[in-house]
Amino acid sequence: MFAYVVRRVLATIPVMAVVALFVFSLLYISPGDPAAVIAGDQATPADVERIRASLGLDRPYLVRFGAWVWDILRGDLGTSIFTNLPVATMIAQRIEPTLSLMVVTLLLAISVAVPMGVVAAWKQGTLIDRAVMAFAVLGFSVPVFVVGYLLAYFFALEWDLLPVQGYTPFARGFWPWLENLILPAIALGSVYIALIARITRATMLEVLQQDYIRTAKAKGVGQSGMLFLHALKNAAVPIVTVIGIGIALLIGGAVVTESVFAIPGLGRLTVDAILRRDYPVIQGVVLLFSFVYVLVNLAIDLVYTLFDPRIRY
Amino acid sequence: MDRRSFLKAGLSAGAVAVTGGLAAPAYSQAANRTLRFVPQANLANFDPIWGTQYVVRNASVLVWDTLYGFDEKLEPQRQMVEGEEVSQDSRTWTFKLREGLRFHDGEPVLAKDVVASITRWMPRDPMGQLLRALNQELVAVDDRTFRWRLSAPFTKMKMALGKNATPMCFIMPERVARTDSFTQISEYIGSGPMRFLRDEWVPGARAVFQKFDRYVPRDEPASWLAGGKRMLVDRVEWMVIPDPATAAAALQSGEVDWWENPITDLVPQLRRNRNIAVDIADPLGNIGSFRMNHLHPPFNNVKVRQAVITALSQEDYMRALVGEDQNLWKVMGGFFTPGTPLYTEEGGAMMKAANLERGRALLRESGYNGEPVICVVAQDQAITKAFGDVTADLLKRLGMNVDFVATDWGTVGQRRAMKNPPNQGGWSMFHTWHAGADAINPVIYNAVRANGDGAWFGWPNVPAVEAEVPNWLAATTIEQERAAIGRLNAAAVENVVYCPTGFFLGYQAWRRNISGVVKGPIPFVWGVSKS
Repeated sequence: MFAYVVRRVLATIPVMAVVALFVFSLLYISPGDPAAVIAGDQATPADVERIRASLGLDRPYLVRFGAWVWDILRGDLGTSIFTNLPVATMIAQRIEPTLSLMVVTLLLAISVAVPMGVVAAWKQGTLIDRAVMAFAVLGFSVPVFVVGYLLAYFFALEWDLLPVQGYTPFARGFWPWLENLILPAIALGSVYIALIARITRATMLEVLQQDYIRTAKAKGVGQSGMLFLHALKNAAVPIVTVIGIGIALLIGGAVVTESVFAIPGLGRLTVDAILRRDYPVIQGVVLLFSFVYVLVNLAIDLVYTLFDPRIRY
Repeated sequence: MDRRSFLKAGLSAGAVAVTGGLAAPAYSQAANRTLRFVPQANLANFDPIWGTQYVVRNASVLVWDTLYGFDEKLEPQRQMVEGEEVSQDSRTWTFKLREGLRFHDGEPVLAKDVVASITRWMPRDPMGQLLRALNQELVAVDDRTFRWRLSAPFTKMKMALGKNATPMCFIMPERVARTDSFTQISEYIGSGPMRFLRDEWVPGARAVFQKFDRYVPRDEPASWLAGGKRMLVDRVEWMVIPDPATAAAALQSGEVDWWENPITDLVPQLRRNRNIAVDIADPLGNIGSFRMNHLHPPFNNVKVRQAVITALSQEDYMRALVGEDQNLWKVMGGFFTPGTPLYTEEGGAMMKAANLERGRALLRESGYNGEPVICVVAQDQAITKAFGDVTADLLKRLGMNVDFVATDWGTVGQRRAMKNPPNQGGWSMFHTWHAGADAINPVIYNAVRANGDGAWFGWPNVPAVEAEVPNWLAATTIEQERAAIGRLNAAAVENVVYCPTGFFLGYQAWRRNISGVVKGPIPFVWGVSKS
């Protein structure tokens, strides 16, 4: 197992290298000019040229790529063109809100969606099943920002129960931290809950047809024990896979959710950087996201072994 | 007490008991001394000379002071300067700083700091560039006095040093001001009424300013950038909320106190809330712009440009952008900011009466033979998107071959600098807008300049326009200034330097427990209090 983990971690290096090359090249060939954004609307072309030169953006592709890779190898993600702050500092400022949002969303989604899926499978064809599936279709269909606005309207403006926007660091207390995350997590989690609930239901339906479930029933195993110990455990591998895939959804969804709820996370940092063409920040964030994604995949592979003893690495 | 505070109070009752119950009143008092403000954009950098975006300027006026400051009549008044003397030949200016000026690190503001700051500002500013060309000697005479010797008279000195158009001539410590104008500073020390709390700055999310207790305001009442800048709150928090609907909700729920630029669509909703006041933000407003490339067909042909400006209905653009609220826009017969001393409609009456048929006739006379018009339109800016849609329709109705390139502002910024022919990565036209504060005279308003290669994007070359700029600079009376600008305006219309698409205003909104908010080109925080 340990050797497997080491091998997988080492395998991230070429993946990251390809991502780095791809991201850098894509930004290089894409239109847009940070110097023009910095210079402002009143700047002359000569001003823009001079700023471009001062930022090193007039250097050839290979020189710029080489300098960036060399910095990364030394653990330096570079400095933002606009804020003049190290990219690592900017990421550090933004990582807690995004991580908090993702964790709360994940916990909410799993704790709601898995029981929903199990119950829907157990009560297949009944009103409960149809209600769960209707909710799932709704969750898939309604965009995150619509859910976000509706939640903000009712829970914040009409009923004055939760804040509209912003983020409070965990260090300032559990409730202030959670208070700001409840609505964003529900908005972001709605798609995720729908996805996991549907997969859980489908997988559970398949498992519930298996001989060993019939045997368990025949042995007199209770309903909840049968569902959650025998069936759910055997249905877990596809569910865990979907949860893992869903983390990519969360990263994408966080961009919208953070904008709607004004959460200063990595999603908004990415969008702002793209709109301004802040190349070092875009490159740093994309590298981070790809690294996280590789690690999540590894974690999911390892979690399989917990549910299915036949899987060994 | 609102419902959420009640809930929160219930949840934290135990904690309050432990702290003796004093936390709530203390918090309340601190909250009343903190102004939470939603700015127009993210404060992505904080160097007002290097980055000339308005949002940077607006934050910078809190932190850095200026030698002079425009008042609400657009007249420069002394701010850091106690007095000035001008030699008989008007070539030598001697300035004396007022007493008590101090940087946020406790050091006094000295004449050498001012000299370094002006030296850094000059290359980045149109008026500064004129002064730089005339500069013979700029020296500190003693700690509070500096002298500027020029090769020719420059009557607009106070305007140059006190204008609110970007980049403003902010005064920084000498060690900071020695940074090259094209390199960003990394130390944010000013002598203005507020300190910038760098440790609390999260670009894209918030910026925090703390009252500078050692700031000595002038005795005169505050008027825009002039007079006594008295801070009535201890702390100003800029909270960046990119989504307008969220900002509106935050204002309604009391999470923020003041929103700089609510979008027109949300204003009725804000007005229905009795806790919120809505009013015009900046009386100097903005001027919409349809900017053409004078280097390449079809707009290198003045007849084609005339066809467009003749057919162009500013009303269409304004309705597309602002809607039916006619308090917010007007059509223009000139290029300068309506309501300011130099606004004129000389030669521009036709701009106020769109005539599509006449435009079509002019286009036929021009010999236009169907060359594609590459319209580069930024879709991520509400203003340019609305303008772009109107333009595409206008040009088609006029009989032109439109190639509509929908893109983002970052790409427009790059592409408009290209002088290549439109079909080789260049462009034919793009939209933008100019802040009214930047369009009050022909030196700071580079969009109206027509000096060919040295001109703003589009590179118009109209000697008759350029001839009036030195005339305005040399004018010593307002009548002489107006005469020069009248001729400039007429030449700019006749040669269609660019097409104004209308003058428009925007709103600001604040909660009614805030008082002292004024209309101005910058959200002035001094004099604003919170109850």
